[in-house]
Amino acid sequence: MIELLTPYAIQVAFIVLKILLIIVPLLIGVAYLTYAERKVMAAMQLRQGPNMVGPFGLLQPFADGLKLFSKETILPDMANKPIFVLAPILTFLLSLMAWAVIPFGELFGKTLLLSNINVGILYLFAVSSLGVYGILMAGWASNSRYAFLGGLRSAAQMVSYEVSIGFVMVTVLLTTGSLNLTEIVMAERPFWVSVMLFPMFIVFIISILAETNRTPFDLPEGESELVGGYNVEYSSMTFALFFLGEYANMILMSAITVILFMGGWLPPFGIESVLIDWVPGIVWFGLKICMILFIFLWSRATLPRYRYDQLMRLGWKVFLPFSLVWVVLVAGVLLATDSLPV
Amino acid sequence: MGSIMVNTEFLMEYLPILIFIGLATGMSCFMILASYIIGRQKPDAEKLKAFECGFDPFDDTRGKFDVRFYLVAILFIIFDLEVAFLFPWAVSLGAIGLIGFWSMVVFLGVLTIGFIYEWKKGALEWE
Repeated sequence: MIELLTPYAIQVAFIVLKILLIIVPLLIGVAYLTYAERKVMAAMQLRQGPNMVGPFGLLQPFADGLKLFSKETILPDMANKPIFVLAPILTFLLSLMAWAVIPFGELFGKTLLLSNINVGILYLFAVSSLGVYGILMAGWASNSRYAFLGGLRSAAQMVSYEVSIGFVMVTVLLTTGSLNLTEIVMAERPFWVSVMLFPMFIVFIISILAETNRTPFDLPEGESELVGGYNVEYSSMTFALFFLGEYANMILMSAITVILFMGGWLPPFGIESVLIDWVPGIVWFGLKICMILFIFLWSRATLPRYRYDQLMRLGWKVFLPFSLVWVVLVAGVLLATDSLPV
Repeated sequence: MGSIMVNTEFLMEYLPILIFIGLATGMSCFMILASYIIGRQKPDAEKLKAFECGFDPFDDTRGKFDVRFYLVAILFIIFDLEVAFLFPWAVSLGAIGLIGFWSMVVFLGVLTIGFIYEWKKGALEWE
């Protein structure tokens, strides 16, 4: 019996190892994203930012994490406790889950990824759609007015921008002809097709800001009116999981942008030269993600918050019609010029 | 020809995802539990009350809320289904050609009429 099970055990252990190789760097990345956010915002506001814990404050995120970890977990009297606890777990789980299909790079002709499913983009779309449940559950189960309003707002906002994200993905699929993420990265597009995708790139960037509830669309957490939004009743690790989930989602959305529009782990602008050939693909992937993440931080430091009616107008009356028309336009042009991938 | 061979090999690709979900769930549960055990728990009535800007909550919060949230959710379902419908169309457009293109244009046209109706009815207005 043991001899029979051993190959499976080895296989599973190998998979677990690979999963840890994804989760651990991701969580460290999340920790340093919070650090980068504070440092970048500080620099933009002519401040120092965190600089006390460790050299240049580099240990600050871990100090914050430890502090949150050792705090009291408050379960409010009026709350629906099982759902109240389940909500942060679900949010965190969903923000990690999507990483199972992200291709990180290429090494010795093999793609670095956990699971090469043939409907990768559909999986990502499904997982990011589920994200709204964590927030709705948190808002409802807290049984607090601020949390409830924050949860409602957040849900409406996320579903509104989900639609335009979907249309953008469809447009990209038209030019790649595959749902597999590796094939999407490797797909070769003529230059004019990339130009046609550029408006969709802009729509996508703005939509992911709204989807992850970031400034200028951070109404769910609008401090000045809703205190903390859906997570106002949370404390300690339950709060930390929301926080980690939100930032992991930011990195995830940046990774999706890089895969869809910026050629994933391939060198930027298709440069082929002996000078940069030795750079592993994962480095390019990371650098491109950092670039998109910088846009997140930059917009937080510079843009004022949108009003809710403006936000809904932008989503439903600008992005939706525009992306709908653009899908048909791109499809028509590709068909007319006979340049669809077969 | 005609023989139906169901290929289940591709399902193996989903095994890592399943393990991933299990691992991530276990990890998040563990984090909450460990913090609950290590952190000092001293609840009292004031702490456990819902936060309400310095006074006691008047009543239960599960009251009425704006119907427009409901409308947005319904509109979302319509458009999200449509997007899901567009995915297979987009990847196979090269194979189905002009007929496939125009069928989708007709479908989207019908949907656009519905969208214009919603717009004119004011379902998208927030004041």
